[in-house]
Amino acid sequence: MSDTIEVDGKQYGVDEEGYLANLNDWVPGIATVMAAQDNIELTDEHWDIINFLREYYEEYQIAPAVRVLTKAVGKKLGKDKGNSKYLYSLFPYGPAKQACRFAGLPKPTGCV
Amino acid sequence: MSEVVKKFMYLNRKAPYGTIYAWEALEVVLIGAAFDQDVSVMFIDDGVYQLTKGQDTKAIGMKNFSPTFRTLGDYEVKKIFVDRASLEARGLSQDDLVEIAWEDFETEEEIENIVEVIDSARVGELMNESDAIFSF
Amino acid sequence: MSILHTVNKSPFERNALESCLKFATDGSALLLFEDGVYAALKGTAVEPHVNDALARLKVYVLGPDLQARGFSAERIIEGVSVVDYAGFVDLAAENGKVQAWL
Repeated sequence: MSDTIEVDGKQYGVDEEGYLANLNDWVPGIATVMAAQDNIELTDEHWDIINFLREYYEEYQIAPAVRVLTKAVGKKLGKDKGNSKYLYSLFPYGPAKQACRFAGLPKPTGCV
Repeated sequence: MSEVVKKFMYLNRKAPYGTIYAWEALEVVLIGAAFDQDVSVMFIDDGVYQLTKGQDTKAIGMKNFSPTFRTLGDYEVKKIFVDRASLEARGLSQDDLVEIAWEDFETEEEIENIVEVIDSARVGELMNESDAIFSF
Repeated sequence: MSILHTVNKSPFERNALESCLKFATDGSALLLFEDGVYAALKGTAVEPHVNDALARLKVYVLGPDLQARGFSAERIIEGVSVVDYAGFVDLAAENGKVQAWL
């Protein structure tokens, strides 16, 4: 995997697992490009989770583990979305890991 | 999970920022939460400084992990204890500490603040009752 | 030439402050920073030692480290001056020698 990702003609640094090197560099286009690399076209439902993760990080300074994400999404966006089946349907590589990457966050704390 | 649930205590004795212990301990607690054990987090000695309100690290260029303590409830840590004598020796009281809420997602049972200030004798008892103590 | 003494350890965990106060001669300057700032707070078990020190030393505390730990200037013992990083540099320059109690 290369150490940068190109979005709208700009290069952004990423780590060896593809997570954005600098959280503050994030622009929505990064999520779109990362998703395209994973063969996902982002819908409003994806963006709900991506934006939720960015807000969660802003408030608590960590990327939540998957079961915490599931719980927190349920609280915020409704129980129909706060379950792993729904979240895995949006982010097949793991809702916390993949969605956090799209959101420009570090790899979630507590992902084993 | 079918295994026997063990009582884990994370014992914090170091102030934040001056050394890496406090942040490392918090990360271990968050990672350990995935194992569905009975977890308590104990703050004694300089560890009580980890929970002070109003931390703002902008000017020292370090990550402010104080807000992260408020996620402990989400990580199903239900017991957070602070040694009263350690607070008093430092001129602090519970009013100086952050509040950490806990909510059961299924039953919607809520506890507004799970941070409990206890006597040193009780700290000792809780250590005795633990199956394992992780010390930082 | 006078000495600036610096203490960056918590007075409750290490004896850096205690040793510093034992050896610092009258008129010296003492700067508390990093975990050393806890010694500058009112109402602690070490406040009497800091008050004694204030009678013979100039005592300073680094504001950014206080702020990081959640304490405002109102929590500081009277007589202790809050300085910023530029103030730290000035103190080092004024005193010529710096003794760091690590």
